[in-house]
Amino acid sequence: MLTPVVDDDGAPFWEYAARGELRIQACADCGELRFPPRPCCPHCRSFATEWRRVAGRGRVWSYVRPHPPLLPDYAEQAPYHVVLVELTDAPRIRLVGNLVSGPDARLDSVPAERIRIGARVQVVFTSTGLPQWVLERP
Amino acid sequence: MAVLKDATAIVGIGQTPFAKRLPESERALACRAILAALDDAGIAPDEVDALASYTMEETDEVEVAKALGLGDLTFFSKVGYGGGGSCATVAHLAAAIATGQATVGVAWRSRKRGSGPRPWKNTAVQLPTPAQWTRPYGLLRPADEIAMLARRHMHEYGTTRDHLFNVALACRNRANQNPAAIMYERPLTREMYMNSRWISEPLCLFDNCLETDGALACVVVSAERARDCRRTPVYVHSAAQGLPAQHHGMVNYWNDDPLTGPAWTAARHLWKHADLTPDDIDVAQIYDAFTALIPLSLEGYGFCARGEGGAFTEGGALETGGRLPLNTSGGGLSEAYVHGFNLITEGVRQLRGTSTAQVPGAATCLVTAGEGVPTSALLLRN
Ligand SMILES: [Zn+2]
Repeated sequence: MLTPVVDDDGAPFWEYAARGELRIQACADCGELRFPPRPCCPHCRSFATEWRRVAGRGRVWSYVRPHPPLLPDYAEQAPYHVVLVELTDAPRIRLVGNLVSGPDARLDSVPAERIRIGARVQVVFTSTGLPQWVLERP
Repeated sequence: MAVLKDATAIVGIGQTPFAKRLPESERALACRAILAALDDAGIAPDEVDALASYTMEETDEVEVAKALGLGDLTFFSKVGYGGGGSCATVAHLAAAIATGQATVGVAWRSRKRGSGPRPWKNTAVQLPTPAQWTRPYGLLRPADEIAMLARRHMHEYGTTRDHLFNVALACRNRANQNPAAIMYERPLTREMYMNSRWISEPLCLFDNCLETDGALACVVVSAERARDCRRTPVYVHSAAQGLPAQHHGMVNYWNDDPLTGPAWTAARHLWKHADLTPDDIDVAQIYDAFTALIPLSLEGYGFCARGEGGAFTEGGALETGGRLPLNTSGGGLSEAYVHGFNLITEGVRQLRGTSTAQVPGAATCLVTAGEGVPTSALLLRN
């Protein structure tokens, strides 16, 4: 599987995720959240940042089901769900992830008929520290 | 912008054959396409003093100038973001010529995508740092990235697979009229479309562009010089690039409104500096790496209201004789996928009256570059 190639701006996200915390970069001056992480606040141009813990709940904004040809590790689990989750407590902050049946479950562990746009989801973390998503009402 | 409006014209176009596999190198193909375009224009290679291509073009200016015996170059430019750069190559030349930085410009694209490696198969290129937010989850290919927006568009506006089929069919029907097209004499039916394999749901095989070897080029000169060329000049009436606020290439998911992509930004500038409106456009060549880009672009360039891009395709609107004949050489879906450069050359043919799917009396053409990435567009007129 592909693992994130982390840059300086993104590193804190992954360090928190490895501890089971979903945190989003915020401006330490004006307070606006931003994603993906970057060095400067696009709202007030401050370079002061903090990482704010969010509830880890969201709704499916959209989703796709990739089929092969894919990289071998992914082809083996295809078709699977890639979801774009909009965070409940942070509108417009959207995270790409997979809809799975539980932490470390296969990417195809949720039946296709269970997914819909608007479905409520909850974050879980894999043993490798990747945020994933499960249905609130499986 | 008065300085750009109709100040320059495309006076030559050239291309190699299109095929899944061509034996020659990208460099050789580029040289052949450029020579063909210069011959079409009736301009000698040593008169060329400006070049423009894509940052993804691997045949660089030095090699091209040396191989073709070009003169001293005083302007050269490369445009980023893959298919988003196509129209901007012409726009950069037009700007350089209109402002006196050069006199004869050539834009080109040469690509062996058909026989070359598939980018998504190379793990190393899957892992630039911007991809840390998407690729580990298996959002691997452009088709996966665009399918996310397509699904949302379907959900919000009732866009259907039949709408996407209308796009694929219009392109295929035009390719069936074009002997140079890869899909010449290969008709598409609704049954074939609906029964084809998925690539990334909701996008199926026929929602995806071809993979092609080939090269194309065009020649740009001042309007004054164009009057002495061998062909009817096709004027660059307006041009624009577009990189909207808070855009993230290919995965435009993190701004306020992901369904209003770069097309909207380019369109505002394009129309603002034009004497034309969308109602005045006779024929359109709209970037079609995926069928789902067409509804988004129809909305962005103002041919219909927000959310109506799917419905716009109904009733043969994109076919010959329809409201907006689309991609009349077959486009990236059915003629050739060479990062959209074939849309520029087809726009020129329409305005010369020499298309294999000629729109009678076509006098205006919109050409666009890749939607979903920082993009560009041209309004051409004769
Ligand atoms: Zn701020």
